[in-house]
Amino acid sequence: MSTSRPQSEKRSVARGSLLGIEDLPVSEINKLLLLARKMNPAKARPLLRGKRVLLLFYEASTRTRTSFEVAAQALGAETSLVISSGSSIEKGESLLDTAYTLRAVGADAIVVRHLNAGAPHLMASYLDIPVINAGDGMHEHPTQALLDAYTILKHKKKLTGLQVTILGDIYHSRVARSEIHLLSKAGAKLTLCGPPELLPEMATTLVKGLRISRSCEEAVRGADVVMILRVQRERLAGLKVSLPDYVSRYQMTMARLRMAKPDALLMHPGPIIRGLELTWDVADCPQSVIVEEVHNGVPLRMAVLARALGKAA
Amino acid sequence: MKHATQSLLIRGGRVIDPLARMDAVMDVLLRDGQVAEIAPPNKIRAGAEEKIDAQGLIVAPGFIDLHVHLREPGQGYKETIASGTAAAAVGGFTSVCCMPNTTPVLDSPEWVTWVRQPQRGAVVNVFPIAAATQASKGAVLTDFRALQRTGAVAVTDDGKPVLSETTMRDALRASAEINFPVIQHAEDTRITQNCSMNEGPTSFRLGLRGMNVNSEAAIVDRDVQLAQQFNGARLHIAHLSTAASLTAVRRGKKNRARVTCEVTPHHLALTDADVRDYDTNFKMNPPLRSAEDREALLAAIADGTVDAVATDHAPHAQHEKIIEFERAAFGITGLETALGLVISVLSADHRLPLTRIVELFTSGPARVLDLRGRGTLLRGSHADVTIFDPKKRWTFDASKSRSKSHNTPFDGRQLTGKVVATIVGGKIIYRAV
Repeated sequence: MSTSRPQSEKRSVARGSLLGIEDLPVSEINKLLLLARKMNPAKARPLLRGKRVLLLFYEASTRTRTSFEVAAQALGAETSLVISSGSSIEKGESLLDTAYTLRAVGADAIVVRHLNAGAPHLMASYLDIPVINAGDGMHEHPTQALLDAYTILKHKKKLTGLQVTILGDIYHSRVARSEIHLLSKAGAKLTLCGPPELLPEMATTLVKGLRISRSCEEAVRGADVVMILRVQRERLAGLKVSLPDYVSRYQMTMARLRMAKPDALLMHPGPIIRGLELTWDVADCPQSVIVEEVHNGVPLRMAVLARALGKAA
Repeated sequence: MKHATQSLLIRGGRVIDPLARMDAVMDVLLRDGQVAEIAPPNKIRAGAEEKIDAQGLIVAPGFIDLHVHLREPGQGYKETIASGTAAAAVGGFTSVCCMPNTTPVLDSPEWVTWVRQPQRGAVVNVFPIAAATQASKGAVLTDFRALQRTGAVAVTDDGKPVLSETTMRDALRASAEINFPVIQHAEDTRITQNCSMNEGPTSFRLGLRGMNVNSEAAIVDRDVQLAQQFNGARLHIAHLSTAASLTAVRRGKKNRARVTCEVTPHHLALTDADVRDYDTNFKMNPPLRSAEDREALLAAIADGTVDAVATDHAPHAQHEKIIEFERAAFGITGLETALGLVISVLSADHRLPLTRIVELFTSGPARVLDLRGRGTLLRGSHADVTIFDPKKRWTFDASKSRSKSHNTPFDGRQLTGKVVATIVGGKIIYRAV
C-alpha cells in the first residue's frame, strides 16, 4: 500500500469492516458462519500472506485479543499490537491520529477495542481500510455474537425457533446487544432476565419480540440455550446493586439450570466470575460450552479477517 | 457606524409587530437610529437617503437571541464576538445575549465592560449575561448590583446549573431586590454524569449512558417553587427541553411567579432518534429528547407557555467534535439556521401563525430580559429591523457559515424562510445576495 496522508475527511465505511451486528444483513451473517466452518487453525492457509493486521486495544482483553492474533497468524498475516498504555495514546494522541499512524505504517486492517461506544465507527468513517470492532463500550461486540452462533450451531440444527435466555447485566453489556441482534435476526425466541438496574424495561425496544422476566427460574424454564453475562462491576458507577442479593436471585446454580431443557447449552462470553453470576459446578458441568466458545473464536475470527481483506473465497 | 446612513425607508413590506398588534402592509422610516414613522404605503412624506423595497416580504422588529456563546474572552479559536455577531446578522438577529462560560468566566464588571467595548468588532448589539456565582463554581454569588450597573442583562452559570438549593435561593432573593433575571441551566448533574444523550431506546441501542428527563424537570420544579417564595424574583429557564419541565413552568406562571422559558430550534426540529452513527453534531446539552417531549414543546409554543426561541449557539472546533461521541463537546451552532428551522417546523408543518413566530424572536425575548425599546417597531424604538421571506426555500451550507465553527446537524438541510436584510441602529449590516 502506498503512503497515506492523513485526510480528515469523512467517507463511507470501508468494505469488509465489521462494526456491529445491527447493520449486518442475515445473508452476511450466514456467509461468515459458513466460512468459519472452512477455517482450520491447525492447518494454516496463507490467505492473508503479506497482510498486516493491527490490533489496537484501549481496554483490557485476554480472549478476544489472543484469538484475533492467532486467527490472523493462522492465515499468514503479520500482527502488531498497540495498547493504550505505553503508546502515544498516553501522550494525548487522538483516536483518528492513532488510526492514521497505524495506516501509515502499513496496516491493511485494524481490529479495535475501545471503552467508548462508536469509536470503531468513527475510525471507519475516516479510514480507507477495514475496521473490525472487537468491543466498543456498552455498544456491540459482533465477533462474540458470531462465535456464539457458530458454537450453538455445532450442537443444534438451526437457530430459528430456539428458546434462548440471556441472564445478567444486559444494560452494560456490548455482548448482550450483539447477541440480541444476531439471535433475533436468526429467528430465535429471546428472553432476557435480570434486575431492573441491569435490565431496564427499555431493553425491549432493541428488537421486536423480546421478553423480559424478573424471575430466573421462569426465564430458564424450557430454554434450549442459557447464556450468562458477567456483572460488570467496573461499569456499575452510581448504581445500587447489592451483590449478595444478586447472587441469591440471579446466580446460575445447578438447580436452576435443571429447569432448562435436558440438552440445554450453558454459555458465557467470559471472563467468568465463579461464585458471582454462576457457581463453580455450573461452569464445569457437561452442558457448559464456555471453553468451546473460546476455542471457536479462532476460526470465526479467521473468517471475519478473511472477509475484511477480500479473501473470503 | 450608526450615522453612515441617517435615514432609511423600508417600503411596502408586511409589517408584523406583535407588541404593537400590527400586521399590515406599511412603510417604515428609520431615522437617527430610531423608528421615526410607520404609515400605510406612500403616506410618509419625509425623504430618505436610502430605500429598501420590501414588497412580498415580512418586516419585523430586529430578532433577539437570548442564548448565544460568543466564546470571548479566551476561546477565540471557537468563535469571536466579531465572527459570532456576523453569523447573528446572517440569521436576522440584531441583538444577542452572550453567555459567561468563557475563559476567564465573565463574573466581574471589568469583563462585562470588556465584552461591550467597540474594539471587539460586534456588528449587532451584544448584551452580556454575567456569571451568577464566582467562576461559576456554584458557591459564592457574584455582585449582581455591580454587574447590572455595568450592563449585564442577567446572570447565569450556563453550561452547568446552579445546583445548590441554598445558592439558588440566595440568587433569587437578590434577583427580587434589584429586579435582575436569574437564568438557570436546569440539570441535576449528580445524575447525568458520563451521559452523552437523552435516555431512551436510542441511547440503549447505541450503548450510551442517557440523561433522564427528570434531571432537568427536578431542577425546574425546585426553582419555580423557590421563585414563588420571593415576590418579584425573576427566573428564566434556559433551553427547556422536556414535557415535565413545562408542567412546572405552567404551574409557576399560573401562580403569578415571574417565570419565563426559552426553547431552541433544534429541540423543535429533531428528536433523539435522529442521533445516527455517533454523529457528534447531534450531541448537545440538554440533549435531543423523545418525540413526546418534542410534541409537548410544540404545544407549549402554540399555547404561549414558551416565551422565546433562543439558539444556544455553541460553536466548537473540530478537534473537540471529531472524536469519540462520549468525549466530544456538547453543543451546536444555530444562529444562521434558527429562522428557517422555526418557520419550516412551526409554520409549514404545524400551521402556527407568523405573528406568533415573530413574537418568539422579538417581543417575547425582549420582555424576558427587559430589553427596552427593542423587540418592537413602535415609534421611538431602536431602529433594529429584520426583513425576511417566509416562503423562500433554500439549502443551508455549513461551509459558507460566518461562524468560525461548523458544528451543525443541519448542513445540507432544506429550509423554508430566509432572512433578506438585517438592520441594526438604522444601518443595513446584512443583505442576502
